[in-house]
Order: sequence, then structure tokens, then C-alpha cells
Amino acid sequence: MNNISGKVVIVGVAESDQIGIVPDKSVLQLHAEAAHNALNEAGLSIKDVDGIFAAGTSPMETAEYLGIVPKYLDGTSVGGSSFVIHAGHAATAIANGLCNVALITHGESGRSRVGAGGFPQSPQNMRGQFEAPFGLPLPVGAYAMACSRHMALYGTTNEQLAEIAVATRKWAAMNPKAMYRDPLTIDDVLKTRWVAWPFHLLDCCLVTDAGGAVVLTSMERARDLKTQPVAMLGFGESIDHSMISQMRDFTSGPAKISGKQAFEMAGVKPSEIDLAMIYDSFTYTVLLSLEDLGFCKKGEGGAFVSNQRTAPGGAFPLNTNGGGLSYTHSGMYGVFTLIEATRQLRHDYQNEGIRQVKNAKLAVAHGTGGVLSSAGTAILARA
Amino acid sequence: MPDYSKPLPTPDPITQPFWDSVKAHAMQMQKCAHCGKFIFYPRAVCPHCFSRDLKWTPVSGKGKIYGFTISHQKVIQAFANDVPYVIALVELDEGARLMTNLVGVEPDPAKIKVGMDVVVHYDDVTDAITLPKFKPA
Repeated sequence: MNNISGKVVIVGVAESDQIGIVPDKSVLQLHAEAAHNALNEAGLSIKDVDGIFAAGTSPMETAEYLGIVPKYLDGTSVGGSSFVIHAGHAATAIANGLCNVALITHGESGRSRVGAGGFPQSPQNMRGQFEAPFGLPLPVGAYAMACSRHMALYGTTNEQLAEIAVATRKWAAMNPKAMYRDPLTIDDVLKTRWVAWPFHLLDCCLVTDAGGAVVLTSMERARDLKTQPVAMLGFGESIDHSMISQMRDFTSGPAKISGKQAFEMAGVKPSEIDLAMIYDSFTYTVLLSLEDLGFCKKGEGGAFVSNQRTAPGGAFPLNTNGGGLSYTHSGMYGVFTLIEATRQLRHDYQNEGIRQVKNAKLAVAHGTGGVLSSAGTAILARA
Repeated sequence: MPDYSKPLPTPDPITQPFWDSVKAHAMQMQKCAHCGKFIFYPRAVCPHCFSRDLKWTPVSGKGKIYGFTISHQKVIQAFANDVPYVIALVELDEGARLMTNLVGVEPDPAKIKVGMDVVVHYDDVTDAITLPKFKPA
């Protein structure tokens, strides 16, 4: 396992031409734009791509649309964490010579629903029989239920959850691509309407249209390319359940396994990480992930994020793009954790004051999928 | 009750005994003869030990709230007129958990607590289907 660590690098990252409200572009166009932009940034052509990784749309649809005939493919589709999991799979494949240039693409018309698929529901599958009759709104109700237990067991408060939304908004204010950039206070968050108790509206992520792509190759190949490479130092993945009613513990998820493996492979400790890009579908998603990844002890997530500790200039830079809460969230956000972690580690924002995390060398990109169901963790390093 | 418009389960051969038992207002779940655990939802194998030796066994219908939410969302058409309503995960005294609606209590976070004692309330929503709901014990 250790022979994979650091051998594969991210050489291109990009969003689609526009993100946010994009009512005139289909899911596949969003994939294509992001792929085009990420390959351009690296100085690679679509002809160089021999590994395709896609979720939401299948690798077949994606490769067909982009004109790729891959010799390595992966359609692992386990929700928003999929793309972080893909990065680990791509690193494994490239390090073992199974492909040389891997393209991970995401495109989702979450808001405008252009060329978007539906969510097939059967009254006979397990969710149809044992959850749907009770009217749980998904995904928000599932995360809310889980959060209620964390609050009861550990005294986590709505104010602490709001700290995350407020700090994330401060980062978004510096990102011209972010959908919400107006200042926000904890009181503002607490005054928004209940969506599903214990979540207020601003505990919940945006719903947008967006594409995102990541290009990976070997360290040797990267030497001839245009960008500062960012190495896949460690990665891990896991699944706990599909339905929220089957989650083993509402206060601990699959990030515990994905994180442990990623940190062990990378040979680093959480305390060495310079910035964390942690999927924020809901404020609780972040709090739970911080605990499961080992940034703080179980039950201490609320205290950990208090006093705007994760805001610009704070001790723990978190979701520096403005996250799913304020920047963009097309439905399966995970790819954007990789994109922003890469940009920070390349020091892309070095002329933008506190937007750039100073001397950033090590980052974690962490995706959560489904209803706290799946997790993918990547430890990235400025190479 | 021909006008019931909310989603209804379609039982399958493995789950049919559960739906039959709640229709009879005498809930049963599978108990693993190998590891002794009660399991839910019904399966062909025990998710704890992979044994296929599962026996339908009566359960008490008593348990505690493991977690809950109060939905204010009107996104599910059939439930739009019910907001706010409570969806809870109940852990039965036997150890298995099931999703349900909490009834007989105001949808107020001050009146519902994680860990609160609850008891099954059979809701005969159609001639064919009874849903196991729960109320404060």
C-alpha cells in the first residue's frame, strides 16, 4: 500500500465555465466544460486521457460524450463522496501502470434540472417499504435525525452548528464564484426558518448547477506539465449503510475508516494538516466528519468550531472556497473539495491576502455521500 | 380509507410476515438463532453474523427514541398538509431499530427527547396495510 503514497499527482482542476444558476446547460455539458478546462490547465489533451472516472452519469455516457476510449474506468457512484473515492482509485491505477492520465468529471444540473435524471423510487425496495411511508424528507431529514442524537448525547447546540455556516460564509465572501457572499451572523442563521429540526435553512447547503473536474497522472509525467503538482499522499474510503435507519451510530460514520486509512497511508497526523476541505451538505456533516477524521475527540466537534475557529485567519482553515453552504452545491459536491484543496496547495491565491492559507503544504479533502452513508478521504501534499 | 395518498409499502416474500404481524397488531421481527440478535428490516441473512437461521419472533413494541427530526418541508406532496410532523428512529427494547412517525405528542422539540420511552401505536392506514407508529409510553 505504501508504495502508492505520493506517486500520483493532481495536475489540473477546474469548474465548468459557469457555476450557480446555469439554466441553459445540460449535465453532460457541465462535465465537458469542466473536463476541457482542467485538461487545458494541465497542458494535456483529451487524447492523453486513458482513464475515466464518473459518478451520477455513467462512465459510458461520460466517455461517449467526451470522445474518450479509456483503458481504465470506474463508475463508483456512492453519492457526493464518489469523486474523492475516484481520486484514490485513480492513484492506485496510475501507480500500478493501469492507466497514465485519469480524468474525474462531475456535472450536475441540481437546480435547473437540464438533462438530469430522476430518483427512481420503488414501494418494494427497502426504503420504499421501511422509510418512505413515514415521510422523511431526503436528504435533509436523515442528517437532521442523526444530528439530534449528537445534540442529546454531547450537548452540541444550534449556535455551534451556526458557527460553521458563518465561518464558511466569510470564506465565500472572498470567492467571486460563490453564490452567497453577503456577511452572515450566528443570529442570522438562527433566525432562518426550520427546514427539519434541528436544522435551520442556513444549516443546509445550496442547490446549484455546476461541473467540476480533476486530472491526475504520475509524478514523472507531471514534470513536463504546466502546473505545480499536488500529490495524493494517502486515501481511504468506506460505506456504513444506504438508508439512515440502518446507520450503526448516528454520531459516528464511515469517515472513521476512510480517514484512518488515508492518514496512515500518508504517514501524517491530523494535527499536521494546514487546511481541511470537508463536505458540508449540512453543518452537522462537517462537525461529525471533523470528529471521525480525528481533528478532535468524539463529542467535541461543537467546541472545536466555536469562536469562528474555522474562519479566514482562524486556527483551522476549513472549506476555504465557501463550501457547499455558500459557494456551490450541485448535488454531489465532493469533486470541489479536491479542486479547492489543490488550488490552496498550489498557492493559487497568493496575491489574495488571507484567502490563501499561508505556506499550505498539507490538506485533507473529504467527501460524504448519501445520508452519511459513504466516505472518501484524500490527504494531499504540495509536491 | 380509499383516499389514503401517502406512500405505502409493497411487501415482498421476505418482509411479508412483518407486514402481516403489524396488520394483526402483534409486531414480530426476525431473531437470529445463531447470534441471538433481533434484526430489522427483514433479510435473508443476519447482518451481524451472516447466519440464514432467522426466526420470526414477537417483540414488545416498547422502546426509546434513538433520534428524531421535525419536518417543516413540504417537498413530499403527500405529507405537505401534515407539517410540522415528527419522524423518529425507535430502538426497541429488543435492540432492533425502525423508522416511524411519533404521534400523540406536539411536534415540539421541548416535548420530545432522544431516549424518551415510546410504545407502538398501530395505524391501520388502509384495509391492507398497517403502519407501526409510536407514541410516548
